[in-house]
Amino acid sequence: MARWGMVIDLDRCNGCQACEVACRSENNVAVGGPQAASESRTISWMRVETQVEGEWPDVRTRFVPQPCMQCDRPPCTLVCPVQATSIDHEGIVNQIYARCIGCRYCANACPYTVKFFNWRRPVYPESVLPGLNPDVSVRPVGVIEKCTFCHHRLQKARDAARAETRPLREEDYVPACAESCPTRAIVFGDLDDPGHRVAQLSRDPRAFRLQEGLGTQPKVYYLAEQD
Amino acid sequence: MTDLEIVSRLPQDERMLLMPLVRTTPSFWRWAAVMAATTLWGAFAYSQQLRSGLGVTGLNTPEYWGIYIICFVFFIGISHAGTLISAILRVANAEWRRSITRSAEFITVLVIGFGAVQPILDLGRPDRVLNVVLHAQPFSPLLWDVLSIGLYFTASSIYLYVPMIPDLARIRDLGLRPRLLYWFLAIGYRDTPQARHTLERIIAVLAVVVIPIAVSVHTVIGWIFALTLRPMWHSAIFGPYFVMGAIFSGIAALIIAMAILRRVYNLGAYFKDVHFNNMGLLLLVMTVLWFYFTFAEHLTVWYGGEEAELATLYSKLTGSFAVPFWLMVACCFFVPFALMSRRATRNVAGTTLASVAVVIGMWLERYNIVVPTSLHPRGGMTALHYFPSWVELSIMAGTFSGFVLVYMVATKFFPIVSIWEIQEGREKSVEEVKQRVAAYLPDDVAAVAS
Repeated sequence: MARWGMVIDLDRCNGCQACEVACRSENNVAVGGPQAASESRTISWMRVETQVEGEWPDVRTRFVPQPCMQCDRPPCTLVCPVQATSIDHEGIVNQIYARCIGCRYCANACPYTVKFFNWRRPVYPESVLPGLNPDVSVRPVGVIEKCTFCHHRLQKARDAARAETRPLREEDYVPACAESCPTRAIVFGDLDDPGHRVAQLSRDPRAFRLQEGLGTQPKVYYLAEQD
Repeated sequence: MTDLEIVSRLPQDERMLLMPLVRTTPSFWRWAAVMAATTLWGAFAYSQQLRSGLGVTGLNTPEYWGIYIICFVFFIGISHAGTLISAILRVANAEWRRSITRSAEFITVLVIGFGAVQPILDLGRPDRVLNVVLHAQPFSPLLWDVLSIGLYFTASSIYLYVPMIPDLARIRDLGLRPRLLYWFLAIGYRDTPQARHTLERIIAVLAVVVIPIAVSVHTVIGWIFALTLRPMWHSAIFGPYFVMGAIFSGIAALIIAMAILRRVYNLGAYFKDVHFNNMGLLLLVMTVLWFYFTFAEHLTVWYGGEEAELATLYSKLTGSFAVPFWLMVACCFFVPFALMSRRATRNVAGTTLASVAVVIGMWLERYNIVVPTSLHPRGGMTALHYFPSWVELSIMAGTFSGFVLVYMVATKFFPIVSIWEIQEGREKSVEEVKQRVAAYLPDDVAAVAS
């Protein structure tokens, strides 16, 4: 059984945010516009955080792309009163938009603030409408949404592999963010398959996870910057 | 004979306590109109939210919870006034309880609905609320909450109703209107010594049963916060802290209700200075307990010195939440402590003033629990401030006035002081207490030896 995970090399990330844009159009993420931005209500399944450390003249800036961490022990699924979010057998934390009652308990329980609420009915500019992805459902107002590791791509890849009667290959299933990264900072695959690059990179001495001490066991790893 | 004439000819206890049922003053109608208008305004605000979603609130990312959740904790806290206080006083055989238990129990039953509705007002999809039953996830503290509040509402409704049966039977026998209502609610009760004995046995059992249920309700509400990993929520003290806070605000709400009832229905003979003094002493105990719990909580966070916890703590002590925080400390500790530690100010005016401060302070406490932690998520995400919108404030005003309105209406249909318990106090308890005190005194050694 696969255990899907991601490794993000912070040395390679140059903060271009191509992953954010790719994710947005892949997953039909609503365009909030300036109003949502000023109200702190934008939705961004993949968010490139800018972290500034130290004070002048000793300043460092680094970019940390943050999707849902797809925790192996997710605090969000435990608290959901209606089981609208749960972890599947391959470790992806899913979200059932049609069942969610919008209590936002999961969003509060998440220590990474990567669950987003639809405060308003999602709107798309005219120019975006033709490009909406038919594989991903559009969320209604009043529910929580988040990164799913482009789960729909896994289903497609699996169908294709089955049609060709061959096993799923590493390059068959790649989320939009990893695919679009121009510096190839984002690597995706099966953490339990020693042949996959993520499995090797996640054991790299530079590898760490966000807020590891909380015991959430994220499946998104980072490779620390080297000086 | 009109109802008013019937009641006017009764002896003092029945006459004074049944008078609100048969005579309604113009000022009652004025206040009821104000309360009804505010409630309708709140309902209108909610219709706006229903139409366009939670976007009409001031909530944002990461301020996911706001006024509704604050009011949820606040109202359920107030509901501890009745059942818990009345049950404890009954179990403890406190004779001064007789005139205050009914008004306390009514607060519980009537406010609990306004508390329980708050999380539903807070839902993004209230149309799917039944999913909580259809797809129940037993590990969610929210589900425990639905269960414990449901149980508490059921138990406290029974606990309000059963001790009211003799009074309802008396009203039925007097033939007051609406006759069908009293005939139905009195369920054929005849006030024989045997019936009274059975009734008192049931009340004694109920009083014991409702105490752990009441404790569980606010414990679970504390756990909703404490079982997450959020800084200053993730704390073992939250269960007991919430129960203590609920009793504290409940006592204060009861004192305010007593002061108002005393004035509007001329019940000075029933809500006497001694009642306010005793309630004031209870309030004093809770004031000191509040200080102890709050100090213990904040010291633990400060001494531990974890980065994320400290960010939240300092936002309260010296940062952007310093005003609500220190106002809370003043309202929950300094004002009630100063007033309630002196006998001279433990009178009607003093206890009422202290109680108003406590109610405001306890609302602020829930604000200081919900908002600063929400705005300081782990991982240092930059956050905006939270300003409730007119919709949230209108709904809050609407639920407040809705509660006051139903309480006012309840006093027009049910005696707000238990008549039969007052009469029993006059007829039996004076003698009983005399014997009880005698039983406390040392035995005559010579007589026991022989």
